[in-house]
Amino acid sequence: MIPLSWYLILAAALFCIGTYGVLARRNAIAILMGVELMLNAVILNLLAFWRYGEPTTAVGQAFAAFVYAVAAAEVAVGLALIVVIYRSRRTTDIDQINLLKW
Amino acid sequence: MDLRQLLELLTVLIPLPPFLAFAFIVLFFNRWKRLSHSIAIGAMALSFLMAQFVFWTVVGWGGEALYEHPVAVSIPWLPSADVALEMGVFVDPLTAVTLFFVSITCLAIFIYSVGYMHGDPRYSRFFAYISLFATGMLGLTVSDNLLMLFIFWEIMGLCSYLLIGFWFEKPSAYRAAIKAFLTTRIGDVIMLIGIAYLYTQTGTLSFDAILRNEEVLHELAITPSVIPTLSVAAAVGLLIFAGTVGKSAQFPLHVWLPDAMEGPTPVSAMIHAATMVSAGVYLVVRMFPLLAVGLEHAAGTPPMVAMAVIGTFSAVFAATIAVAQNDIKRVLAYSTISQLAYMVAALGIGAYIAAAFHLVTHAFFKALLFLGSGSVIIGAHHEQDMMKMGGLAKRMPVTFWTFLIGGLALSGFPIITAGFWSKDEILAHAWAHNPTVFWALAAGALLTAFYTMRQICLTFLGEPRSHHAEHAHETPWVMTGPLVMLALFALFFGFVGVPEDFPVIGEVGKALFHGNWFHHFVGATLGEAPEALPFNPIPVSISVGAALLGLLVGWLVYGRQPLAEGQTDPLVRWLGPVHTVLRNKYYIDEFYGLVIIRPTFWLAKAAYEWIDRGLIDGILHGLARLGELWGILNRWVHRYIIDGGMVDGSAKLVGAIGREFRQALQTGQVQHYLISVLFFLCTFALLYLLYLGVTP
Repeated sequence: MIPLSWYLILAAALFCIGTYGVLARRNAIAILMGVELMLNAVILNLLAFWRYGEPTTAVGQAFAAFVYAVAAAEVAVGLALIVVIYRSRRTTDIDQINLLKW
Repeated sequence: MDLRQLLELLTVLIPLPPFLAFAFIVLFFNRWKRLSHSIAIGAMALSFLMAQFVFWTVVGWGGEALYEHPVAVSIPWLPSADVALEMGVFVDPLTAVTLFFVSITCLAIFIYSVGYMHGDPRYSRFFAYISLFATGMLGLTVSDNLLMLFIFWEIMGLCSYLLIGFWFEKPSAYRAAIKAFLTTRIGDVIMLIGIAYLYTQTGTLSFDAILRNEEVLHELAITPSVIPTLSVAAAVGLLIFAGTVGKSAQFPLHVWLPDAMEGPTPVSAMIHAATMVSAGVYLVVRMFPLLAVGLEHAAGTPPMVAMAVIGTFSAVFAATIAVAQNDIKRVLAYSTISQLAYMVAALGIGAYIAAAFHLVTHAFFKALLFLGSGSVIIGAHHEQDMMKMGGLAKRMPVTFWTFLIGGLALSGFPIITAGFWSKDEILAHAWAHNPTVFWALAAGALLTAFYTMRQICLTFLGEPRSHHAEHAHETPWVMTGPLVMLALFALFFGFVGVPEDFPVIGEVGKALFHGNWFHHFVGATLGEAPEALPFNPIPVSISVGAALLGLLVGWLVYGRQPLAEGQTDPLVRWLGPVHTVLRNKYYIDEFYGLVIIRPTFWLAKAAYEWIDRGLIDGILHGLARLGELWGILNRWVHRYIIDGGMVDGSAKLVGAIGREFRQALQTGQVQHYLISVLFFLCTFALLYLLYLGVTP
């Protein structure tokens, strides 16, 4: 059986890639994709801990299902926001969307 | 409701109508003169009817029955800790008789005032004040304890002050008001101390619990007081008697009463002759069981000795002054002092019933005399100097005849006047108990008869000695009506108290009133009427002789050959310097001025100049100055150090830091924010792992 640490390392790598994407990409859609990667890393963690922790109950899978549902809703809202922003400002470049300040 | 409950209710209600009249006049009807006097007289008439109903009902029961079951009702008032001061009414024979004469004289005087005060600018206010006064007197009469009595006593003192100074435009009037108020205050304060002392000793002030309880009285009589050689009963008695000395104007606190004549004449009649000054005597009559307790062991208790001495002295002293006065009201004022002193002296020798009897008859004839003098004053166009009157008998016949009746009653004219019977009673007791008192009072009676005759002759006989007297006119019926009514009482009231073994008339009294009605009824206030003195012709002859001799001498001096205009009083020639002394009232006012008032003024001035202005104000000003300096310092510190340095400084500092941070951190770009989130997250995670998480 593959040791737990492999899964965790994979999940951590995925999370870091996602984080990098969120922090470094300029395109808002790419940032959303980064967020999805981070969520996937979380799901991977959850499933791995479930499998190695308490495989008799289906809590890990239930969590994973919830996270997918939330992620889908989040993407829907996020994409809608981006569409609205694009319509008003004609760009999806995050550097130019800087109104979130005093 | 049975009769007793009805009586209790009525007794409680007696003082109420005049009080409501006072309130309504003061609050609402000040502008309507007719309405004001209607309300006042209506209220007084209501009280009169209730008082008379109570009186006649209890008379029907008889004195002993009333003593056994007095009309009494009380409610707790001012509860404090485990005791409550009671407030209530109490009607025993003495109260009943007092209610009788107070309500009659008050009503007569209310009606008379309509005529006397006619046209006065403060007409309504006058009726408001006398209504309040009537409340005070009626309330005092029905009170069942000393505290309530004292409250009503002070209400009357206030009314007396307000009414003496009623014409306050006159400096003499307001000075007299202040003088009366302050002088009676001396007595009242001492009396209040007495009441408080009594309360500390007995824990109650109720008449019922103290005066009708042998044990309490005995206890008080044997307990030594704080003053050596005096029992508590004696000390309290002396203190309370001081209240009487002030209120009833006995020497040495008599000085206020003659000056009180500055007030309107109905006030002089009601307050300063018939009722309020009588309240002083009523108080000592009421407290007599306390004053006399222990009498069986000694010739006289200390309060009684004091009363005998002060009463006898004041009686003669005031009578001598009255001889030399020319103001028609001042003569009456001194005669009031003198007559009240008779009652006090009578109490001093134990003649309880005689004092009460003289109290009632005096109220009637003295009210009559004052109202008569008021009628003269109005008739003679506000002339008060008897030297400027004369010949008014023809011009004012009703006033003359009623005044004559009052004067004869005051002199004790035998048989046909009420004053004779009561004064004779006092003299008979004095003869039996104390010859010194007897001879002094007989001399007083002689002087009384003399100055009364002098007054009547100077006022009514001969020819007018001034323009005003010449054009005098009879007063309207509202004034003469009360005069006639009071004259009837001054003539006939004496017959209720005729000694049973008095020749001829005693038999008539027996037939009409079953003997000496007054003696039996009022005597029952002490439980059992004391034995009446056996008839003794000697004091009666002497008192009749004194009265007739005084009247005769007065007639010879002033009546046979009336004074002409501008002629001086023959007494001035005969008495010389003595007359001057009498005329100036023994210089007592001047003496008080020199010994008490002047030093008080100096003391007050010194206190004002040195202590108040110099010391206290100095300290205060110093403190204020200190505070001001402190304030200036504070202001400086505040403005430059706190405001300028600390508050503004720190604000500026925070502002500057904030600006820097804002520009550095708040870019508005989500990614920058996320970086800081990540940074702090990692930092805290690291810390957690290092210090908490790793250690198992």
